[in-house]
Amino acid sequence: MRVLMLGWEFPPRIAGGLAVACYGLVRGLSHHGVSVTFVMPLRTGEEPPDGYRLLGANEIDIPYTQSLSLPPFWHTVRFYGVQTTLGPYLEQFLTPELRFETVPEPVVSTTESALRLEFSGKYGPDLLDEVYKYAYAVSHLAEREEFDIIHAHDWLTYLGGAWLKEKSGKPLVVHVHATEYDRSGESPNPAILAIERLGMETADLVIAVSFYTRSLIVDKYAIPPEKIWAIHNAVLPKDRQPIQRPPSERKVVTFLGRVTHQKGPEYFVEAAARLAPYIPEAHFVMAGTGDLLRSVIRRVAQLRLGARFSFTGFLPPAEVERLFDLSDVYVMPSVSEPFGISALEALRAGVPVIISKQSGVAEVLPHALKVDFWDVDGLANLIYGILRYKAIRPFFIRYAQAELSQLQWERSSARVIEAYQSILG
Amino acid sequence: MKHICLYFQVHQPFRLRLYRFFDIGISHDYYHELNNRTLLQRIARKCYLPMNALLKKLIDHWGPERFSVAFAISGTALEQMRLYAPEVLESFQALHRTKGVEWIGETYGHSLACLKSQDEFKRQVRQHQEYIEKLFGVRPTIFRNTELIYYDELARWVAEMGFKAMLAEGADTLLGWRSSNYLYESAVAPLKLLLRNYKLSDDVAFRFSDRRWSEWPLTAEKYAHWFSDIPADQRLINLFMDYETFGEHQWAETGIFEFFEHWVNQMISEERAIFLTPSRVIEMHQPVAKLSVPMPLSWADSERDLTAWLGNELQTDAFETLYELEPLVREEEDPSIQRDWLRLQTSDHFYYMCTKFFSDGDVHKYFNPYNSPYEAYVTYMNVLADFRTRLREKSAEALKVATKSL
Repeated sequence: MRVLMLGWEFPPRIAGGLAVACYGLVRGLSHHGVSVTFVMPLRTGEEPPDGYRLLGANEIDIPYTQSLSLPPFWHTVRFYGVQTTLGPYLEQFLTPELRFETVPEPVVSTTESALRLEFSGKYGPDLLDEVYKYAYAVSHLAEREEFDIIHAHDWLTYLGGAWLKEKSGKPLVVHVHATEYDRSGESPNPAILAIERLGMETADLVIAVSFYTRSLIVDKYAIPPEKIWAIHNAVLPKDRQPIQRPPSERKVVTFLGRVTHQKGPEYFVEAAARLAPYIPEAHFVMAGTGDLLRSVIRRVAQLRLGARFSFTGFLPPAEVERLFDLSDVYVMPSVSEPFGISALEALRAGVPVIISKQSGVAEVLPHALKVDFWDVDGLANLIYGILRYKAIRPFFIRYAQAELSQLQWERSSARVIEAYQSILG
Repeated sequence: MKHICLYFQVHQPFRLRLYRFFDIGISHDYYHELNNRTLLQRIARKCYLPMNALLKKLIDHWGPERFSVAFAISGTALEQMRLYAPEVLESFQALHRTKGVEWIGETYGHSLACLKSQDEFKRQVRQHQEYIEKLFGVRPTIFRNTELIYYDELARWVAEMGFKAMLAEGADTLLGWRSSNYLYESAVAPLKLLLRNYKLSDDVAFRFSDRRWSEWPLTAEKYAHWFSDIPADQRLINLFMDYETFGEHQWAETGIFEFFEHWVNQMISEERAIFLTPSRVIEMHQPVAKLSVPMPLSWADSERDLTAWLGNELQTDAFETLYELEPLVREEEDPSIQRDWLRLQTSDHFYYMCTKFFSDGDVHKYFNPYNSPYEAYVTYMNVLADFRTRLREKSAEALKVATKSL
């Protein structure tokens, strides 16, 4: 079986859980003998090589002579592309003092016989343009690549997937790692919504990363439930030894993720405020960046908790692992979390995890500590329990590790292959 | 003719309210008043009152010689009846006047104290005996421990306290090839043992309304017939179950009340059996063998051990932390301290921290106010932390008074 897979992120370029999930899935599929070509906007050459083929959209030759023939659906989505801002993705770039990377201007380079499009591969202000360019570039793979199925990850690649299906006649699978409703709550970006809807409607089969997301797709996008398979993410086995913690009385309570509405950073801060007077040795780390970071910092200052908080900005994977090694508890108070792969990574590092009931990962961790995201007192109380009462940590780790060992990419990939087979007949 | 010994366990814990860490040292109010009240009143309506009425009717009809039953009601359940549903207590007293009821002794707080402290265990048993005597005018002489927990050392203590017999689980691990349908005695103490026939007990208590059960629906005729299948020399059948089986675990709509009434009437009218209290059983039967049980047995789950209460780190930590306070509590006379000490020892608090949710889950979830064992543990530990501060304050005060008088 040959799969042409479209994705926006792949290690080492990681912005969140998407790259981690794509990497795990591709490795799992290769394990089962599926041949995967993974097409990302921009290949840097630093990606881990491992039994699959990687291709950058910036490497796809586009003939000069070809006249641009747009697919019939194009206008329904292109219409929205003008003058929209992409809230959660974008804000971090508009906040100069919090900027961690700059976005280069996209340019077009030419060779003698063909032109190639260039991509930044980043979540910059030109994101929608890049999405359209990516779709255009990958649509040329219809004639050039041999494949049985198209598998597109998240809205960024749905247009490319739909266009490829149109040209090649091959079945399309879209894989929903998050929806616009998760990211932006009840004020979704209409352009992204239109693309998501088009992708899910065009697809022959939709994969959702949890039952939570599956029911959201049914409710908000009116996709028939029988077309949607819920297949949970997994986690790769640990390949490193934890670092030795320096001896310290300090207890570290960690939040990790985009500092956006979806991830519930405000609830973390309010729980910290409840807790701080009772546990003087508690220290709170907020790792990540996003459009709410400034207001969160303001709130921390207002609560006079500045000395108890660390804001690290975005952390690369190696730093994330280090942070977990130093953490006593990891908190994921997401308002709406399709899956939440970072909870599994924290578990893998042996850190007790508190997750919101509004997260997909809760479905695969029956033993995890769970709380409603808005229940600040309940959250504070669980953190207090972990830091003060000694039985939770060993107990939790024993059970959670057992659960974790069930979450292998080989298993999830086997389910994905079943899903493929169900539409290939 | 068979001798059937019907024994019912009546117990309700004082469930804790959502007690958070910021309540520690501030609020000494631990209990979920509303929850405890509404639950007790609901169970009173659905089970205690209608079933007491039915039992009274049967005793009145057949006379106590042919139909009597036994109850163990925990001290916490009796307190809750007094607080929230005094009519239930009255109805038990009315039942008592029929002379067809025997009251069984147990630990006042339905506790696991025996596993930790002989002193505390005996103190609670005496306290329960006194309370029963006060309410019903008789002192129990038959004992049954929390969740039928039984082992040799305990048999010694119970015999020392003057009890004549004790109820225990007729577990396969204990009996081996032997049958529970005889009277036994302890190998280490002068104490008779009545062992639960778990098959026939659970047919009613657990399986009665289970439509996946191959014997469903269980009719009075069919159930009566199973007693006739028992070999003639096995004359004693001990049916021990939660009283809440009638009307609560098995709703009235399942026909449980009608089933019970018809079955009793049929057994007696066809002279297949009479129903005896444990005291009459030990008068009429001779023990057939001495049994030794070095490790604690219980009636819980498929393991019949203590893992439902003390099977994981959360439970053992909470349990150890609780009993570390025993010496401090002993120095106290404050009635509110003594009251909370008893209520906090109730085994249900540890049951809620059980993680066997996924195998024997159905039963464990019953009346469980928590979503997870963590919440149960953290809440309980917060309460203990406050309880400890009260003990410390008290002993600091006492010290102050003592030094002043010097």
